[in-house]
Amino acid sequence: MKQVHPNWWLAAALLVLYPFPANDFFTVQIGAYSLILGTIALSLMILAGYGGMVSLSQLTAAGLAAYMVPILGTNTQGVLGFGWSYWFTLPVAVLTAALFSALVGLIAVRNSGIYMIMITLAVAVSVFFFTRQNYEIFNGFTGYSGIEAPKPFGLDLRAPIPFYYLCLIVAVTFVLTTLYTARTPFGLSLQAVRDNPRRASALGYSVPAVRISAFFLAGIIAGVGGIMLVFLNGRISPGTIGVDVVIDILVIAVVGGLRHPIGPFLGALAFVLLENFAIDLIDRERFNTVIGGAFLLIVLFSPDGLLGLWGRLKPQIGLASMTTKRGSQSSGLDIEPNSLKGRLSNENV
Amino acid sequence: MDRTDALSRLQSAGQYALELEAVNRHFGALVALADINLAVKAGERRAVLGSNGAGKTTLFNAVTGDFLVTTGRIRFYGEDVTTLPAHERIRRGLRRTYQISLLFETLSVRDNLFIACRGISPRRGSLRRSGPSDPDVEMAEILAQAVHLEDTLDDIVGTLSYGQQRQLEIGMSLAGAPRFILFDEPAAGLSPSERKDLIEILDALPSHIGYVIIEHDMDVALRVAVSVSMMHNGRIIKEGTPSEIENDPEIQELYLGSRHG
Ligand SMILES: Nc1ncnc2c1ncn2[C@@H]1O[C@H](COP(=O)(O)OP(=O)(O)O)[C@@H](O)[C@H]1O
Ligand SMILES: [Mg+2]
Repeated sequence: MKQVHPNWWLAAALLVLYPFPANDFFTVQIGAYSLILGTIALSLMILAGYGGMVSLSQLTAAGLAAYMVPILGTNTQGVLGFGWSYWFTLPVAVLTAALFSALVGLIAVRNSGIYMIMITLAVAVSVFFFTRQNYEIFNGFTGYSGIEAPKPFGLDLRAPIPFYYLCLIVAVTFVLTTLYTARTPFGLSLQAVRDNPRRASALGYSVPAVRISAFFLAGIIAGVGGIMLVFLNGRISPGTIGVDVVIDILVIAVVGGLRHPIGPFLGALAFVLLENFAIDLIDRERFNTVIGGAFLLIVLFSPDGLLGLWGRLKPQIGLASMTTKRGSQSSGLDIEPNSLKGRLSNENV
Repeated sequence: MDRTDALSRLQSAGQYALELEAVNRHFGALVALADINLAVKAGERRAVLGSNGAGKTTLFNAVTGDFLVTTGRIRFYGEDVTTLPAHERIRRGLRRTYQISLLFETLSVRDNLFIACRGISPRRGSLRRSGPSDPDVEMAEILAQAVHLEDTLDDIVGTLSYGQQRQLEIGMSLAGAPRFILFDEPAAGLSPSERKDLIEILDALPSHIGYVIIEHDMDVALRVAVSVSMMHNGRIIKEGTPSEIENDPEIQELYLGSRHG
């Protein structure tokens, strides 16, 4: 068993104890919401960080899973609503997101860099307009509302603290799964394809197959994130998957850092805090300017995002190394601090 | 087909590891490979010589499927692989090294070799970690030993010296029971002692494993090959034993006289 650094235990304790001093607003709107946005951004981080593929369709995958909840289950809009139990609805919703994500992968993987970004953005925009214009399935502009989390075994997931813990369990599970998977043969092949797709195929790997599989797995994470999001908001409409939110998720992932699956959660927390409290300092209209400015500063001064910033400040404030030694067979994190810029030029020649 | 035909087909089946039939490859107006006919027997060790730009690397790229040929046929152990993607050809036992190292630079030496070993296994997409007793993990260490990288197993490949990267390039091509290997200037940039190691590795390959080696250094080429093909301007202009090639006046003028690159 690998030694776990004390900082991780400290972080775990903070996350577990957090809802007790916090009020409902902080528990749900800051805590749970950060975990959910982080989960969705993790889907993007996995593709970008381990696979060198920046996909802007991951929020869309999350949104489709969210739509499946009122469509397959029940809703108060009188549109579709098959009345399935949550035990069927939720797995099918996740599968929908995973298949959608894999489909995006299928369309996009033969392109790299900026072209993949454009294709996945185009898919996101198309789905957004489709949901807005389609009333038979997506109930158009209004979407669905009045959606509630289930109460499995009498546990009320609508209450702030249980819901926070649900989001925490989901987030921690996916972070650990990601760290584990990165060191499996599949995870290594994904990083191999990122580093050098031509060599990977000269070793027997089907590059498209590796990439599409990664899209599928990332879609599962996005799907679960989408379900948490619809439980939190109680509603889903085209606005949830609009281009502005797509960009937010990209900003969260990049600002947090693409080197380690914890990055998207740092990015999400910073984003949610800014979103809620920057308003006190500046007016609503300037919020996007602040986010954009913060994005620019981070990308300019720390290409590895907040994670990289932490890595650089750490020695100066005298903390022991938190990162595991890279390269060893047992290590969990294994991503080279490539800047996003570096990844985008990772062309297949 | 009568019985005599059948018997001769039986005899020739599997005799050739590699057969190229009228292979052409164009890059726009440039004819990089012109009507290449080449047959290399299983277990045969062949050197390909030729000046820079003769089309040697392009020949390798065509054989491994790094890109498709413009016209012509390629057979690997009798099977037509002309339109197969590269990874399918590799899974059939073909391997190669690259003239300019193509490695997974952000991963460790161990990971690079493990990835190479696992690539030809159906468990290449496994979502379970491989323990230390996994055959591919063990083979990665054996390969590292063979190319003198055992002390750098956990180093990130991007931090290795040029010579070490060349060694790794060779190590990766030996992974997973190859049937036939293409070496693209493996000795380029190696020190004399590393060259000796390379020759040792080539000599140690089981006799059923044939290879084609592109090599400018005549001493190395003659030492490790039993036959030689000479390329010029995208064509194979001569084939023969090393001594025939060495003593051919045309070749001496074309190539040996003006050794470059
Ligand atoms: N991918 C490519 N695109 C365009 N031209 C190429 C490409 N690869 C090789 N060539 C050209 O084909 C010719 C043969 O190149 P190459 O096979 O690399 O020669 P060699 O390996 O014998 O030095 C050269 O003129 C080279 O410029
Ligand atoms: Mg060459």
